[in-house]
Amino acid sequence: MYPNDFRYSKDHEWIKVEGDEALVGITDFAQHQLGDIIFVDLPPVGKALEAHQTIGTVESVKSVSDIFSPVSGEVVAVNEELSQTADILNKDPHVQGWIVRVKIKDPKEIEGLMSAGEYEKFLEGLEAS
Amino acid sequence: MSYLSLSDKDKQDMLAAAGVGTIDELFCCIPEEVRLKRGLRLPEALTELELARTLEDIGRKNDYPERLSFLGGGAYEHFTPAVVDSLSSRGEFVSPYTPYQPEVSQGTLQIIFEFQTLICQLAGLAIANASLYDGSTGAAEAVLMAQRVTGRPKVLIARTVHPQYREVVRTYVKNVGIELTELPFGKDGRIDAESLGQALDDRTAAVVFQSPNFFGVVEDAEALSKAAHGRKALSVALVAEALSLALLEAPGRLGVDVVAGEAQSFGVPLSFGGPYLGFMACRKDFLRQMPGRIAGRTTDVEGRRGFVLTLATREQHIRRERATSNICTNQALCALRATIFLETMGRQGLREMARQNARKAAYAAERLASVPGVERKFSGPFFNEFVIQAPKPWAEVDAVLRAGGIIGGLGLAADYPELGDAALVCVTELKTRADIDRLAAAVGEALS
Amino acid sequence: MIKEVREPLIFEISSPGKRAGRLPVLDVPETMDGLAGAALRSDIDGFPEVSEPEVVRHFTRLSQKNYCVDLGLYPLGSCTMKYNPKINERLSGLPGFAACHPHAPAELVQGCLEVLKRLETYLCEIAGMDAFTLHPAAGAHGELVGMMMIRAALEARGDARKVVLIPDSAHGTNPSSAHICGYSVKEIKSDERGTIDVAGLEKAMTEEVAALMVTNPNTLGVFESDICRIAGIVHAKGGLVYMDGANMNALTGVVRPGDMGVDVIHINLHKTFSTPHGGGGPGAGPVGVRKELVPRLPVPVVEEKDGRYALSFDRPGTIGRVRAYFGNFSILVRALCYILSLGPRGVREIAEYAVLNANYIRKRLEGDYHLKYETPSMHECVFSDRLQKEHGVTNLDIAKRLIDFGLHPPTMSFPLIVHGALMIEPTETESKRDLDLFVEAMKTIAREARENPGILKSAPHVTYVRRLDEVAAAKNPVLRWEEAA
Repeated sequence: MYPNDFRYSKDHEWIKVEGDEALVGITDFAQHQLGDIIFVDLPPVGKALEAHQTIGTVESVKSVSDIFSPVSGEVVAVNEELSQTADILNKDPHVQGWIVRVKIKDPKEIEGLMSAGEYEKFLEGLEAS
Repeated sequence: MSYLSLSDKDKQDMLAAAGVGTIDELFCCIPEEVRLKRGLRLPEALTELELARTLEDIGRKNDYPERLSFLGGGAYEHFTPAVVDSLSSRGEFVSPYTPYQPEVSQGTLQIIFEFQTLICQLAGLAIANASLYDGSTGAAEAVLMAQRVTGRPKVLIARTVHPQYREVVRTYVKNVGIELTELPFGKDGRIDAESLGQALDDRTAAVVFQSPNFFGVVEDAEALSKAAHGRKALSVALVAEALSLALLEAPGRLGVDVVAGEAQSFGVPLSFGGPYLGFMACRKDFLRQMPGRIAGRTTDVEGRRGFVLTLATREQHIRRERATSNICTNQALCALRATIFLETMGRQGLREMARQNARKAAYAAERLASVPGVERKFSGPFFNEFVIQAPKPWAEVDAVLRAGGIIGGLGLAADYPELGDAALVCVTELKTRADIDRLAAAVGEALS
Repeated sequence: MIKEVREPLIFEISSPGKRAGRLPVLDVPETMDGLAGAALRSDIDGFPEVSEPEVVRHFTRLSQKNYCVDLGLYPLGSCTMKYNPKINERLSGLPGFAACHPHAPAELVQGCLEVLKRLETYLCEIAGMDAFTLHPAAGAHGELVGMMMIRAALEARGDARKVVLIPDSAHGTNPSSAHICGYSVKEIKSDERGTIDVAGLEKAMTEEVAALMVTNPNTLGVFESDICRIAGIVHAKGGLVYMDGANMNALTGVVRPGDMGVDVIHINLHKTFSTPHGGGGPGAGPVGVRKELVPRLPVPVVEEKDGRYALSFDRPGTIGRVRAYFGNFSILVRALCYILSLGPRGVREIAEYAVLNANYIRKRLEGDYHLKYETPSMHECVFSDRLQKEHGVTNLDIAKRLIDFGLHPPTMSFPLIVHGALMIEPTETESKRDLDLFVEAMKTIAREARENPGILKSAPHVTYVRRLDEVAAAKNPVLRWEEAA
């Protein structure tokens, strides 16, 4: 379910590192919680990000959720396709549903994130509570 | 009068079911020391007949309705077909709430959808909301929206905008970091183009003007929009006399980005200032920044067309402190009245009504300007209101007119001291030629 | 009522040349053209053209697709859907009121000003406040005006402060209104009773905090029993207490907000004082204040001297104007009528019977539905769908099934602290028969949830339209009719 080459945050974002850049999206768990996703508010390219800072928002019919950046850096690209067809996030959250491409400022921050196994355990904990 | 529906036996049965002996026991959570230990000091209860007499007596203390009045300035008396009162007073429209349950609210929802369509057609813009409180708060919402859309802090607002709308905007923006700059007017009664050019800069979120403006003068919306867009600012047009939209070019076609205003003219009674009907229309790309409720079309599980409230993520009940507005309850019943009014007057009737307003106002302006010493103050084109200047303080003229049963117009000295003894005269389709001639004659006498 | 009647949009009925509204022939000469030089339109594209009988049938048919208070119980929690007396409609429309122009000289509208002054006075007595402003057009508008006054009062003391505290059970308008006043919002958690966690409040209440916004009874229908202590904590740190009076229907004549430490309160006249909800307004949200805030009231203020009324604009400390003219006047007339009809005893009976009716429903449905908070209820009770969830049934399904029984569903969208909420507020005007119809329907639904959940999932079955696709509506918004190309 959760790709092994990704890292995961407690806010249910995934990050896939590619050199000094990374793709960021929301996890399958997150899209499931939201339900039918209607709209994604994307940040402008060039925006500087701190870790845990809001990148944008995802909206379903009756809820709005922030997307948090798992790492510090700068937005170098956004997935423009989402502004037309936001439901990609429901259908394929981990591949086609990437949200932003970030230039990573501090690679050490990646190490603080969860592996796929750890994230799955984290989710089990959530469901139990 | 009481509107309770429980018999003594019901009451006893229900107390027993609720497991208490008296109603007082149900208030056990309220600390004894704060409870009211005495009866409320209110007048004793009235029966329906007594209540009617009391209110009729209070109503008779209003002397205004018997006068021949030429007041306008943001609130207008217009013909309202009988169907408006008759249909809008149905309990099915008066007594439900906001259509949260679409399956049992299709009447209200379809009417909102029709209202949105009518407003779009009049404004020449792609989308409209279900209503706002009134024109003044609509103006404030438009200013806040312009800041959200552009991210800029400065708003230029014409001095020709309704003085009370300007005051409300000032109150609203005080705490959110918007600077307001007032744009002066020229001899034609329109925004002074040179001052606008100087005030516009890259920090400007919007140029906010009213057309027809408070003096009744039609602003050059196209030129103002062009100037605003030259600095990537929004062009925001306010409309206080919505009937003018039937005759004037649709603001959206002149480059206006947001139209907000007051639609009281569409079948909503004067009622001493409220409830009225705020409305807003804008370009499609501002949809997510729009305040207020919006109805949309969809289908049910069997494929039948139906309507729902939609795009609710903009609103306070979901987005809380980050909502586009705090508005919840709006003016649905007034919007219903407007919808009935507009659909009854229709394509031809509404334009005819607007045409008669313009013609009668022009005739009145001509007649008054022919009174020795009276001048029409501004040269710009006007719809159903215009400003006159008399050679005497308006208060003196007004006192003479009033003694003769006429309210000749709205004195402008308090709101526009720079105009001296000017007054704003409004003429709608309800005024006959005889009424207008009577006004002109009375003004003549007051000055002689 | 015939279920299968489909009413088209007016634009689909329209055909060129038809008309209803007509005016007399223009009776002035067309010499001068006042509009010369203005950009004019030659038509209003797409505008409807129908006859008067068509208009009447259109709206009559549409009216039949609405549920309403005149038809039956409308237990929408926190909305107070009580009966709206017919006489109040008639009296608010008397020509003496309806024809008054807001720019009319004060001497000619003494009756209107008397209405305003009387209503202010009565609301002061009922809420225990020193002054009221009647300008706000709705509850949310009242919140905004109230918070603006708080901000202005604190500014006058030297510091507007930065934060407003709001319980997690609050209605969404509270944080939104505080935000427009330039405040950031800090949420206060509720305790296990469903009331404000006093210890948490004590910690959060610093000298950065401008005010606490508290709804009492809160959205769970629970009275904040510690309200005096809470007010004391806020006042001790120099903050002010704002009360959202949306639920004032539980308190009239029993306890007065002014007597429990509240500094500012708004009241929804379309809830407690029976003015009709109109399908979503117009309402009115008057705001009451204590002495310290009186100078902050929005202008104009009605003043009385020797039985004559005047409007005062010259008030140096005012927050300014909050809307044009004087508020939703004809709504204010209706509220005045209501208070005059009921008198002191009747106003107290509002709260007494609203609370009795809610407690009756609660007792009869306990066991059938889960009650997250067992704290005593005032005028409404909040159940949840927890017991029904075991059968895959949610509060939405319960709500839609209620429609099949000819009833309006309760509130479900909040309080956010109860998942799957069913917030039920019967109001005082309901008969036992109507309450019993509701209780029996709810019991039947609880049984169906166990035995035949499918029937809940596919509800409603008897309406003009069945469940509507809200996702499609939001994904591809169609917000107006357009002429086919």
